[in-house]
Amino acid sequence: MEEVELNKEFITSQLTSSFGHYIINSEETYGMITITVDRSKILEIMNYLYLDPKLSFTFLTDLTGVHFPEPKDELGVVYHLHNLPANIRLRIKTFFPKSDSVIDSLTSLFSSANFMERETYDFFGIIFKGHPNLKRILNVDDLDYFPLRKEYALEDSTRTDKDDTMFGRG
Amino acid sequence: MTISEINYKKETTLEPINLGQLTTLNLGPTHPATHGVFQNILQMDGERVVSSESTIGYIHRAFEKLAERRPFYQITPITDRLNYCSSPINNMGWHMTAEKLIGIETPKRVDYMRVIIMELSRIADHLICNSILGVDAGAFTGFLYIFQQREAIYDIFEEICGARLTTNIGRIGGMERDFTPSIIAKIYRFLDDYTLALKEFESLFNRNRIFMDRTIGVGGISAERALNYGFTGPNLRAAGVDYDVRVTTPYSSYNDFDFDIPIGKNGDTYDRFMVRNEEMWESLKIIRQALDKLPAGKHHADVPDFYLPPKEQVYNHMEALIYHFKIVMGEIEIPKGEVYNCVEGGNGELGYYLISDGGRMPFRLHFRRPGFIYYQAFEEMIKGSLLSDVVVTMSSLNLIAGEIDA
Amino acid sequence: MVNTAEAPEGVEGPGFFATSLDKVVGLARKHSIWPLPFATSCCGIEFMATMASTYDLARFGAERPSFSPRQADLLMVMGTIAKKMGPVVRQVYEQMSEPRWVIAVGACASSGGIFDTYSVLQGIDKIIPVDVYVPGCPPRPEQIIDGLMRIQDLVEKEPTRRRDSSEYKALLSSYGIK
Repeated sequence: MEEVELNKEFITSQLTSSFGHYIINSEETYGMITITVDRSKILEIMNYLYLDPKLSFTFLTDLTGVHFPEPKDELGVVYHLHNLPANIRLRIKTFFPKSDSVIDSLTSLFSSANFMERETYDFFGIIFKGHPNLKRILNVDDLDYFPLRKEYALEDSTRTDKDDTMFGRG
Repeated sequence: MTISEINYKKETTLEPINLGQLTTLNLGPTHPATHGVFQNILQMDGERVVSSESTIGYIHRAFEKLAERRPFYQITPITDRLNYCSSPINNMGWHMTAEKLIGIETPKRVDYMRVIIMELSRIADHLICNSILGVDAGAFTGFLYIFQQREAIYDIFEEICGARLTTNIGRIGGMERDFTPSIIAKIYRFLDDYTLALKEFESLFNRNRIFMDRTIGVGGISAERALNYGFTGPNLRAAGVDYDVRVTTPYSSYNDFDFDIPIGKNGDTYDRFMVRNEEMWESLKIIRQALDKLPAGKHHADVPDFYLPPKEQVYNHMEALIYHFKIVMGEIEIPKGEVYNCVEGGNGELGYYLISDGGRMPFRLHFRRPGFIYYQAFEEMIKGSLLSDVVVTMSSLNLIAGEIDA
Repeated sequence: MVNTAEAPEGVEGPGFFATSLDKVVGLARKHSIWPLPFATSCCGIEFMATMASTYDLARFGAERPSFSPRQADLLMVMGTIAKKMGPVVRQVYEQMSEPRWVIAVGACASSGGIFDTYSVLQGIDKIIPVDVYVPGCPPRPEQIIDGLMRIQDLVEKEPTRRRDSSEYKALLSSYGIK
């Protein structure tokens, strides 16, 4: 196999040739290749990145959610992948409306995705389709909202001992 | 490399009893062997674990939400409480993330000072893990011996920043004050003392028949599974993968120093113990090199927009007062952007994923906590092992509740 | 050198010593407190230092940390108590037999500390009564020891019938503990 440099152009062209318009955007910010993809193909794209011998992004460093209330009230999932032998990191992002927050689970590919997806569900209410045990992980089971969404306050509104006006939050 | 290569086959006479009836055993969250706050519901067949389910979140403190409500410089105290056994590494990792976003270059002296502090706290972290592993295996003496040295490290931290455990050490852009000669003398003395203490500690454990019987072949994981489970740090290196952020993505001038990455072979409890011990030796090496060639210069970058001016100037000079006010009120220009930065924490790759929308507070800050990610392998690692091995395995993974539950 | 505890006030004569039962019991209890370390986070690490060789909590008669609530006199809650943990703390407290004391070590256990968030209990005195609060984030080992000594003072002076008093029962029932 000939040596290729794993740069933004190469990774993007490889992905685009296989997935076409499902690859929405690619850029490089602060030294990290960032590719935005469509969520409907996320599992296939991850599979491809994992299995392709030239790419082989086989280490899932991180998986997390993010909520953008402006402009379209979208939730996103951000994956950080790492090709350990070549030491290249890759960030994959995907966004979808909050009203329809469903995405494929990566647990079939990475065992490490299990807790991270549960955490993301717990924080943002993103449903990971195909997850073996998708339930709250950090919060109490009967919490009735997803606390890291931007519309919810940090503080517990039912607490009685702290006067918000004293903390400049009133 | 002193990692033992003896091929010791663990003898066991305990065959599964399989009476067709399993016992459910609740281990935690207040069980002393779970170090605080992990719950494992084990399905036991006699003494053997058939399956288990771990529950975490018992000290979930909402760090990530909290970070969205704090100006940048106020986030450092939160990072202290992530992995509280090695708070300075968390602090430095956060400072470096913010510096990466803003684009601050730190002087060499700052880098070296940071390396010294980070390696000291790595020693403190590994020391707790290994000595508590001894306690869980029934050897209390090593813990009592080595904890005197941890006090020495805390003494150094206290002189550097005023706190022992939750240090809040350093600032965005550098260190809050320079090392005094007495700090440097103290670190040199610690290096000498610790060499002896670690030798003593190793002689208590490394070839201790009982300790070896308790740990070799216990709670092992293969390199492939470890990578798939997202292991990093000493636990991954014990499985034989030489991945270390200090080497692959050198930060803070780590490439100036000569050190080895110790690796294990089997990924079992004994290997994890040995890798941590070896890493403490390597840390001592790094600290000595950094101290010997500590460059002269300022202890902070020249960035008045982000680095608090000295107090006497704030009281006497208008310009310094304005900067002070702007920083404290969070009226500084933070660029928009998205940064992932990672450091080699006590337990592995400690990552900070920061989204800034240009406001005084981060739009989103996510911590990649190594412990949280590798803890999910625990269920697989203890499958089929004895109950007493569960305790030892858990201990050797260095599970820090603050980090796991965030 | 062995230090013996000082005898309480009393009437002394050749071959006898008379004092009140409260004082004798208080003296004995004071020097043999069995603490239950309920260590969850950072303060727990400082408690480790308190227990270890340099500070040595055992000097105060607390030689045996009791991990079983049934055999413990003093519940030492060290660290953040999240809402998920709250019921567990309460259950541990309920399992302890009388007389029992509680010490809240650190800002989190006392008031929630810096974690004024949706997931953290704003002080354990929301669910169980607390005797001594130790401030600090985390407190130094000296402070934890000082907190234990304040508990010792309370233990020494406690009348033997306090736990049967109606005030104490009212206190417990205000927390819903029977």
